[in-house]
Amino acid sequence: MQPSVADATPVVIHTEHLSKQYETEAGPVPALKDVNVDIRKGEFVSIMGPSGSGKSTFMNILGCLDLPSGGRYVLDGSDVSTLNRNQLAQLRNNVIGFVFQGFNLLQRASIADNVALPLVYAGVPRAERERRARDMLARVGLGAHMHHAPNQISGGQQQRVAIARALVNNPRLVLADEPTGNLDTATSQEIMKLLVELNERDGITIVLVTHEADIAAYARRLVQFVDGHVTHDGDVTHLHHARAGVTS
Amino acid sequence: MTRAMLAEAWRAMGANRLRTFLTMLGMMIGVAAVIMMLAVGRGAQSTVEDSIATMGSNLFIVLSGSSTASGVRIGTGNAPTLTLNDADAIGELNSVGGVAPVSPGSAQIVYGSNNWGTFVTGTTPSYVDVANWTIDSGEMFSDADVRASARVAVLGATVAKNLFEEEEAVGKVIRVRGSPFTVVGTMARKGQSLDGRDQDDTVFIPVTTAQRKVFGSQFPGTVRFIQVKAKTAEAMPAAEREMAQLLRQRHRLSDRADDDFDIRNMTAVANAAAATAKVMSLMLGAIASISLLVGGIGIMNIMLVSVTERTREIGIRIAIGARERDILTQFLLEAIIISLFGSLIGVVLGVGAAAIANAAASITVIVTMGSILLAFSVAAAIGVFFGFYPASKAAHLKPIDALRYQ
Ligand SMILES: Nc1ncnc2c1ncn2[C@@H]1O[C@H](COP(=O)(O)OP(=O)(O)OP(=O)(O)O)[C@@H](O)[C@H]1O
Ligand SMILES: [Mg+2]
Repeated sequence: MQPSVADATPVVIHTEHLSKQYETEAGPVPALKDVNVDIRKGEFVSIMGPSGSGKSTFMNILGCLDLPSGGRYVLDGSDVSTLNRNQLAQLRNNVIGFVFQGFNLLQRASIADNVALPLVYAGVPRAERERRARDMLARVGLGAHMHHAPNQISGGQQQRVAIARALVNNPRLVLADEPTGNLDTATSQEIMKLLVELNERDGITIVLVTHEADIAAYARRLVQFVDGHVTHDGDVTHLHHARAGVTS
Repeated sequence: MTRAMLAEAWRAMGANRLRTFLTMLGMMIGVAAVIMMLAVGRGAQSTVEDSIATMGSNLFIVLSGSSTASGVRIGTGNAPTLTLNDADAIGELNSVGGVAPVSPGSAQIVYGSNNWGTFVTGTTPSYVDVANWTIDSGEMFSDADVRASARVAVLGATVAKNLFEEEEAVGKVIRVRGSPFTVVGTMARKGQSLDGRDQDDTVFIPVTTAQRKVFGSQFPGTVRFIQVKAKTAEAMPAAEREMAQLLRQRHRLSDRADDDFDIRNMTAVANAAAATAKVMSLMLGAIASISLLVGGIGIMNIMLVSVTERTREIGIRIAIGARERDILTQFLLEAIIISLFGSLIGVVLGVGAAAIANAAASITVIVTMGSILLAFSVAAAIGVFFGFYPASKAAHLKPIDALRYQ
């Protein structure tokens, strides 16, 4: 089922009968039901599905921002349900890089400080922090904007900053929940090219949620959610067909 | 790490200057109030202690008239029941070290073009020793002056200053109620009495002169009160008992009759005053502590608001790997900086206010190093303590809940 990645490649994400329900005043709301997904190192996976189908819920659990209600989630070989809060913080810090639809930058800090922040929590010395943040910003094409505040640059640039922040501590896994959701088409293409390059050149595993078929098509594998279930898990070729059908 | 966190805390405080300032204001006022109130209390205490020190030790005052309140009675000191002979007889007692009868009054005193209304103390030379005075220049009038009802006077420091300013007073002639008196001496300054009177605003003249030539008593030979000094502190109970016995005998009081005099133990009065001053000092301290506590609650309030306002920021930090400890440190650091700076400024304000009060008002305020340290450390501790709760609340947030917060 994974055309481009050999079965011998280590599994980064492994979920087993994963379920999640939100407890609300109106009663429990099931958001994920029996989700079984394996993602191997170096894969580029797109997640699609209608609104409310559980994509964000799934991503938050993968990013250790939320805990599942049932089933198992094994990240990089360790079952997250056995980890304490500090160990989870460490995973978020140096295994996972999370990119949000709304960028989630600290408005009061400069761009360089935003990018360097994960390194502060990793205990990296100041000089090295500054150097790595600078390098990473140069890498996403924002070397000249280091000392700007986030609200002084465009949305696309802010998302690049967020990506730089996600990457600065050399994560194995980048999770992006609708990273292009707030961006125009041209800017979206640029962000996607950056992610593809990271995946192909650095071998970083990428999982990306999107509503747009042409964005999803950058990936090599597609997982589709409907109503908390995985309804499709395979290659993305049919998306190209679908697109071809629409555009012709 | 710490440098980055300090910079972070600084940035957070700078981002909301008004909030930071208001929090500090609570701390400043609290600390300044504690320092001020402790200083006022300490000042009052030392004023009392000073006047006790100048009062003379083992002192009694025997007043004419009765003090027990039953039936119709003339107020204490008004019925002239004590005589100069009573004073001499008390002086003979073994337990008594010194005795000085006093006939007080007031008079207008004139020297040249200067004019001063003051208190006249008609007494005997032993008054200097009994009431613990010191001659500054010249000498006390003599027993011979008392016997002769001489027109001689010794000036208290306040009177000397107001009549003579820088001029030498001894040997000059002043007019007391119009009649001329020769100044034979001046007293060294003594300061305030327990009841806040200026003890130096008085003129001493022979008791006989006061009675016969200045005030003209209706009851010749009587005095308003007698100051008595016991030989030792241990002799005070005996002295009190013996004096009472002696006076009842001399006044021929029947067993059923009440005393027609009133013996007051001034040492006991002084001790009571000292105790009162101490209680007042403690109470001021307690009131001040409450204002400090309120300052602390102010810090907690602001920190709570600050945490709530920054929930999303906390979520972002947690999402990129901040541990509970990191969030806790960040907010605690803010609380520490705010309460430290607030307390420091409070110390400056408190000490400054005390200095101004000392210069401008007639009250004595004394700032001690102890009170500064106390106020500062209590304030800093309260600030950190009240900063801790919101900080730990922030640190315990679930990452996704913090991120979703709008
Ligand atoms: N915090 C929450 N409390 C209660 N219910 C929630 C919460 N978050 C999500 N849900 C519910 O869980 C289900 C899945 O939501 P989720 O956000 O994962 O969907 P999604 O696929 O990301 O949708 P979208 O494409 O609109 O982002 C929905 O029915 C949603 O209403
Ligand atoms: Mg979503």
